[in-house]
Amino acid sequence: MGSRSSHAARIPDVDSIRRETGFSQASLLRLYHRFRALDWNEKGYLSRVDLQQIGALAVNPLGDRIIDSFFPDGSLHLDFPGFVRVLARFRPVDDEDNRNRDPKEPEPLNSRMNKLRFAFQLYDLDRDGKISRQEMLQVLRLMVGVQVTEEQLESIADRTVQEADEDGDGAVSFLEFAKSLEKMNIEQKMSIRILK
Amino acid sequence: MGFQMLVPFGPWNWLFLLVALRCGGASSDLSESTNSSAQHELNVRFAAAGSEPAETVSVFALDYDYVQIPYEVTLWILLASLAKIGFHVYHPLPGLMPESCLLVLVGALVGAIIFGTDHKSPPVMDSSIYFLYLLPPIVLEGGYFMPTRPFFENIGSILWWAGLGALINAFGIGLSDVNLLQNLLFGSLISAVDPVAVLAVFEEARVNEQLYMMIFGEALLNDGISVVLYNILIAFTKMHKFEDIEPVDILAGCARFVIVGCGGVFFGVIFGFISAFITRFTQNISAIEPLIVFMFSYLSYLAAETLYLSGILAITACAVTMKKYVEENVSQTSYTTIKYFMKMLSSVSETLIFIFMGVSTIGKNHEWNWAFVCFTLAFCQIWRAISVFALFYISNQFRTFPFSIKDHFSLAFLLPLSLFPRKKMFVTATLVVIYFTVFIQGITIGPLVRYLDVRKTNKKESINEELHTRLMDHLKAGIEDVCGQWSHYQVRDKFKKFDHKYLRKILIRENLPKSSIVSLYKKLEMKQAIEMAETGILSSTAFSIPHQAQRIQENKRLSPEDVESMRDILTHNMYQVRQRTLSYNKYNLKPQTSEKQAKEILIRRQNTFRESTRKGHSLPWGRTAGTKNIRYLSFPYSHPQPAGGDVRAAEFTGNLHP
Repeated sequence: MGSRSSHAARIPDVDSIRRETGFSQASLLRLYHRFRALDWNEKGYLSRVDLQQIGALAVNPLGDRIIDSFFPDGSLHLDFPGFVRVLARFRPVDDEDNRNRDPKEPEPLNSRMNKLRFAFQLYDLDRDGKISRQEMLQVLRLMVGVQVTEEQLESIADRTVQEADEDGDGAVSFLEFAKSLEKMNIEQKMSIRILK
Repeated sequence: MGFQMLVPFGPWNWLFLLVALRCGGASSDLSESTNSSAQHELNVRFAAAGSEPAETVSVFALDYDYVQIPYEVTLWILLASLAKIGFHVYHPLPGLMPESCLLVLVGALVGAIIFGTDHKSPPVMDSSIYFLYLLPPIVLEGGYFMPTRPFFENIGSILWWAGLGALINAFGIGLSDVNLLQNLLFGSLISAVDPVAVLAVFEEARVNEQLYMMIFGEALLNDGISVVLYNILIAFTKMHKFEDIEPVDILAGCARFVIVGCGGVFFGVIFGFISAFITRFTQNISAIEPLIVFMFSYLSYLAAETLYLSGILAITACAVTMKKYVEENVSQTSYTTIKYFMKMLSSVSETLIFIFMGVSTIGKNHEWNWAFVCFTLAFCQIWRAISVFALFYISNQFRTFPFSIKDHFSLAFLLPLSLFPRKKMFVTATLVVIYFTVFIQGITIGPLVRYLDVRKTNKKESINEELHTRLMDHLKAGIEDVCGQWSHYQVRDKFKKFDHKYLRKILIRENLPKSSIVSLYKKLEMKQAIEMAETGILSSTAFSIPHQAQRIQENKRLSPEDVESMRDILTHNMYQVRQRTLSYNKYNLKPQTSEKQAKEILIRRQNTFRESTRKGHSLPWGRTAGTKNIRYLSFPYSHPQPAGGDVRAAEFTGNLHP
C-alpha cells in the first residue's frame, strides 16, 4: 500500500465508473491519486474530516454544504466511485456526447439538468424538492457579509422566492428554479475544464 | 479599480537598458565631469573654509553644495510621491492611464528643470549605483510578493516562454537591420518585456490564472535572461571580427547562459536557507529580524554578482525560499515591518529610476534617426506577435490548460516592450519606444482588454440570477479545491514530503502554531467576535431601504427602486469568490477584502459549529453525527498534520477555550 502506481488497473471497477461518469482514463487516474492523497491515513475511504482539511474550503462560504453534498443520505464514508460521481457533474459538456447518445440511456451526469439539480441540492437541505423561504434565507446568510441587517436579508429572501415562484406556493420548486436560470450558461458556469 | 502598479519590472527593465549602455559610452564622460566638478566644489569649499581669515562673523550663510546630492534626491522622491498622491486623489486619472505614465512625466519634468537651469546633475546617475542600490529592492519586492504556487505549477511554460521568447525576440529584432552584432546586442536588450500595466489590467479583468502567471514569470525570468544574453554578446563584440567567432564560442556562450541562470538560483536558495535558519533563533531580539531578511537577500545579490552570475535570479530565489520559512518564524510585527519596508524601498528606487529616465530624455545625447526608430518600433511589435503565436501554438499541445485565441492576442499586442539604448541613436530610439509603450499602449490597454473580454457585458440580472450565479461560482471554486492541482503532481508531492520531514524541522522554530490561519483565528476571535456580534445585530449600513423595514409577506408588489436597492445590496455585500490571482495593491498593505471575508466566514463557521455541538443536535440536515463530532473536537493538537490541517486545528483550539 502506498506505492504510487500509474496503472488504471489499480482502480477498482474502473470500467463501470468510466461508463457512468464519462471521464477519460487519464482524468480518472488523476482523480484516483487525488482521492488517495486526501485519504492520508489510508483508510480506503474519505470522511468529512478529510475533506475539511482542504484549507481553501474553510474560507469558502459554502464550504460545509459542499462537503455535505459528497455524503448523500447521511452516509459517513465516501468511497472512490462516490467521489467521482459528484465530480462528474462538473465535467464540461461535450456536444459530441449529446449527439451520439442513445436517448434511452439515463441522462449523463454532467447534463445541464443534473448540474442544476446539484446546485438545487445546496439550497434544499431537507430534500423536499422545494426551496422554502427559510432555506433561501439561510443560504443568503451564508453568502453575505455581516454588515447587512437581518431585515434586509429577509426582504431579499422574500423577493428572491417571489421572483421565481410561479405557482404561488411560497417556495421554489426545481422546475421553477431551472426556469429562473434559463438564460444562464449553466454548462459553462458549472464546468471545470481540467475534468475532461 | 484603476491601474495599479503590480510589479515594477518595467522601470528597472528600462533603466537597466539605459544604464547598461550608458556605461559603455556617454556616461563615462558624464560621471567624469560630475566627479571632477564635485571634486572641484569640494576643494573650493575647503579652501574657503580654511584659507582666508573671515572678516566678520556671518550671521546667515548658505552652503548648498554640501547638501546638494541628498537634498536633490529627497526632493525628487517627494515630488514623485506628491504626484502619486495627486494621481490617486484625482479620480478620473487612474482609470485612464497607468501610474507609470505619471512617473515618466514627473521624470521628464525634473529632467527639463535640470536641463533648463543648466545644472550639473548629481552623480547618482551612475551605472554602479543603479545596479548596486536601485535595482535590488525592486527585484526583492517582486520576488517576495510573488505567488509561489501558481508560479511553480506553470514553471515549465514560463521557462519555455521566457527563454525562447526572449531569444527569438532578441535575434529577430537584432537581425532586422545592418551591423549584425551590434544589433544583436540591441535586440537582446529590447526583448525584455514590461508587463506592469498589463498585469494591473489583467488583474482587473480577472483573466485566468495561467495567463497571469505566464506574464509574471516571464517578466521575472527574462530580465535575467537579457542580462546574460547581453553579457555574452558584449564578450562577443570584444572580438572585433565577426569571422573570429567560432562555434566553440557559441557553445561556450550557451553553456554560460545556463550556468549563470542556475548559479544565480543556487546562490539565492543557499542564502535563503541560511537566513531562515538564523531567524529560528531570534525570538528574543525580534527587532533584528527585518535586518536579517534584508541583509541576506542583498548579500545573495552581491555574491552572485561577484561571480558574474545572475544577481537578479539570485535575489528572487532567495526571497522565494526565505518567505516560506521566515514568515513562520518571525513575530507578527517583524513580518509587517518587512513587508512595508520592502515596499518603501522599491517605491523609492522606482521613483529615482523614472527621474533618471526623464533626465536622460531631456539632454544633449540624442541623434534622431527616423528610419531606425520607426523600424525598431515596427519590428518590436511584429516579432513580439510572431513569437507569441508560434511559441504558444507549440506549447499548447502540451498544456493541460490550453490558451485561447484571446489570450494569444492579448499577450502579443498588449504587452509593451522595453528597450535599451546603446549609443546616441539607440538612446533616442529607446526613449521613443519607451514613451510609446508607456503612454499609448498603457492608455489603450484598458479599453482593449475590456473590448476583448466579451463576458464582461453589463446586463442587468434579476436577483435570482445574481444570487444563484454567485452560489455557483462558490460551488465551482470549492469543487476545484477538492480536485486539487494536477500539474507536476509527483514532483510537488515529493518536495512537500521532503520539506515536512527535514526542512521544516531544521528551519522553523518549535512550539508555534503552524499556520497563519490559526494565529489569525486567535487574533480575530478576541477582538472581532465582539465586533461581529455587535455589528451583526445593530448594523448601520449605508444601504438602508426605508420601505423594507416591515416584513413583506402578502404584498407581492415592490417598486422598482426597492428591487434596485435590493440588487445593490446583494451585489455589494455578497462574498467574493476566492480569487486565484494575486491581488495586492502595491502601495498599501491593508488587509484586503478577501482576508476580511475569510475572517468573517471562519468566525461564522466556528459559531455554528459551537452552537450545534453545545445544543447536542446535529447540523440541520439530519446527520446524527453529534457525538462523533464532539469526540473529534476534543483531540489535542498533536496530530501529525499534512498541510491543510489548519482549519481543524483552528476548530480544536477554538473548542478547547469556549
